[in-house]
Amino acid sequence: MIEHRPWLVWLSHGVLLLGVLIVAFPIWIAFVASTHAASDLASGVTPLLPGGYLFENYARALGSGHEASGAVPVSLMMWNSLVMALAIAIGKIAISLLSAYAIVYFRFPFRMLCFWTIFVTLMLPVEVRILPTFEVVADLGLLNSYAGLSVPLIASATATFLFRQFFLTVPDELVEAARIDGAGPLRFFKDVLLPLSRTNIAALFVILFIYGWNQYLWPLLITTDESFYTIVMGIQRMVTVADAEPQWPLIMATTMLAMIPPVFVVVAMQRLFVKGLVETEK
Amino acid sequence: MAEIGFSQVKKRYGGTQVIHGIDMQISDGEFIVIVGPSGCGKSTLLRMVAGLEAISEGEISIGGQVVNDLEPKDRNIALVFQNYALYPHMSVYDNMAYGLKIAKLSRPEIEERVQQAAKMLELAHLLERKPRQLSGGQRQRVAMGRAIVRDPGTFLFDEPLSNLDAKLRVQMRLEIKQLQRSLGTTSLYVTHDQVEAMTLADRLIVMNAGVAEQIDTPMAIYDRPASRFVAGFIGSPAMNFLAGRVGEGGRELRLEQGMPLRSGSLNLGNLAGQPVTVGVRPEHLQVVAEEDAEMHLQVRLVETLGADSLAHGHLVPAEEQPNGTPEDILTLRLPGVARIAEGDRLPLRAAEESLHLFDRESGWRLADV
Ligand SMILES: Nc1ncnc2c1ncn2[C@@H]1O[C@H](COP(=O)(O)OP(=O)(O)OP(=O)(O)O)[C@@H](O)[C@H]1O
Ligand SMILES: [Mg+2]
Repeated sequence: MIEHRPWLVWLSHGVLLLGVLIVAFPIWIAFVASTHAASDLASGVTPLLPGGYLFENYARALGSGHEASGAVPVSLMMWNSLVMALAIAIGKIAISLLSAYAIVYFRFPFRMLCFWTIFVTLMLPVEVRILPTFEVVADLGLLNSYAGLSVPLIASATATFLFRQFFLTVPDELVEAARIDGAGPLRFFKDVLLPLSRTNIAALFVILFIYGWNQYLWPLLITTDESFYTIVMGIQRMVTVADAEPQWPLIMATTMLAMIPPVFVVVAMQRLFVKGLVETEK
Repeated sequence: MAEIGFSQVKKRYGGTQVIHGIDMQISDGEFIVIVGPSGCGKSTLLRMVAGLEAISEGEISIGGQVVNDLEPKDRNIALVFQNYALYPHMSVYDNMAYGLKIAKLSRPEIEERVQQAAKMLELAHLLERKPRQLSGGQRQRVAMGRAIVRDPGTFLFDEPLSNLDAKLRVQMRLEIKQLQRSLGTTSLYVTHDQVEAMTLADRLIVMNAGVAEQIDTPMAIYDRPASRFVAGFIGSPAMNFLAGRVGEGGRELRLEQGMPLRSGSLNLGNLAGQPVTVGVRPEHLQVVAEEDAEMHLQVRLVETLGADSLAHGHLVPAEEQPNGTPEDILTLRLPGVARIAEGDRLPLRAAEESLHLFDRESGWRLADV
């Protein structure tokens, strides 16, 4: 930072550029592949420059889908993924905000027990409890539904814990000032705690949205009806078609499309992050 | 109207008692300052009045109504916190208006009250700012504004100026005093700064370890401290304390170091032969001619403050005894720039009526001579 040696500047920029290339190259290849005709790719040699089938491929992916794997249009799968990711992110945030609020600000019997119970579930991610959870969801008749896709993933120890840690840093005087101003518990939550948690909520939203979007195993298990397929599992189904060549341009187009919402969320929320880092509001 | 009454107010945290029974009546419009060393229970007492801390025993009444079980918002009080406790995400205006909004005042009424308070506190141009965009003094003012707009019966202040620099503290002190005068609101003000205490208070509560050792006007406390603790706490530099003993028959007072004080003329018959602590303020010691001297000060250090000078040293024993007790440390305060040097030996006499006698054991006041 302090030294200004030209070769050091070149070297560090070189390393950074190399890193960017390593990350970006596969994406470029995927993009290029999504713009060629299937026959161009069948030879096994992937071209490095875009071809002329951009609109055709994307329109086909979005509209009719991949015939050999059930012809579920990508637009429907993206919609399903979006619903699931939003439900998970919003649900997780709402529930953990409320439970952290209860644990930090209210004295009720077995408070610490509650906290530790929530905390212990950190050790039980979906993959570990997948069979019993499946059983419960099946018995409740939630297979092939948005509720079945999202509800079992909503309970979140991580987010509860993060909000708890944040609430603990809010000075007691603020609570007392609100009490003197006559704000009841819900008012305090809505008028003071929520606005103060804004940047935390934004950060968690990004993380949880991507977590929800990238769910693979769970949707694969509980959806048999094509109209509830999500895009991440959809891609996989396209690759492993029986009795046909995988339609690589279509698959790649789907992949590119699948990347858009997470990227959009990150870019859109980035402003809030930076703001949260620059301003210290406490 | 807010008279405040305390009757046998006690506070316990689990098994430890931190307030040991406070009894007091505060009349409407009075400015009461609670002063005492750190940890003596000042904040606890104030927070019990505010309703933020439960009262373990006894009763507090505000305006004639016992408030033990009332929520803070129903006590008609406003509290100014040490670190302001402004809502960081709200503008200055919203900070002041929040309580009024909850109280469901009409919009024009809120607007009017906030604008009026802002004008009074010279905050009018800052109303759109967030607290973090303000200086410490301005934040302090917003905190005051938040208290004023509620138009409460009682202001409570918990060390509101201790985060400000010395100059601003003096200025804000004056402003608080003027504000309280013009609003005529009963105020309870906690501080550990005795200058603040002396200048602001109509009456002063000097607390020590959960006990109100003396409740009186600042000058009465200065002139007639009720205990050795109060005597040492109020007044700067602190009062000198010397070990002494009342002579047989109560006619004379002698320092343990040998020197007679006020010989002959005393009438302390009830204290005859009793060991006492003799207190004398640094400003009441006078440098006199050798033959009038009651004691001598061996000067070790001179501090010149401009308006006056302080000479620190120790008492010279009557017959040269080698090591003195810690109680023979003595400070002398002289007006102006004094011509004293380190190593001087000054003949001293205490002014008339300026010696305070305290019980050596309990520390309570016995007499004045
Ligand atoms: N929640 C608590 N639990 C146990 N003891 C407490 C609690 N709050 C305060 N105390 C004790 O009560 C005593 C009085 O505390 P208080 O805060 O009233 O002191 P203070 O006079 O305001 O001191 P300072 O000038 O440092 O603010 C202290 O000895 C403190 O340790
Ligand atoms: Mg305190």
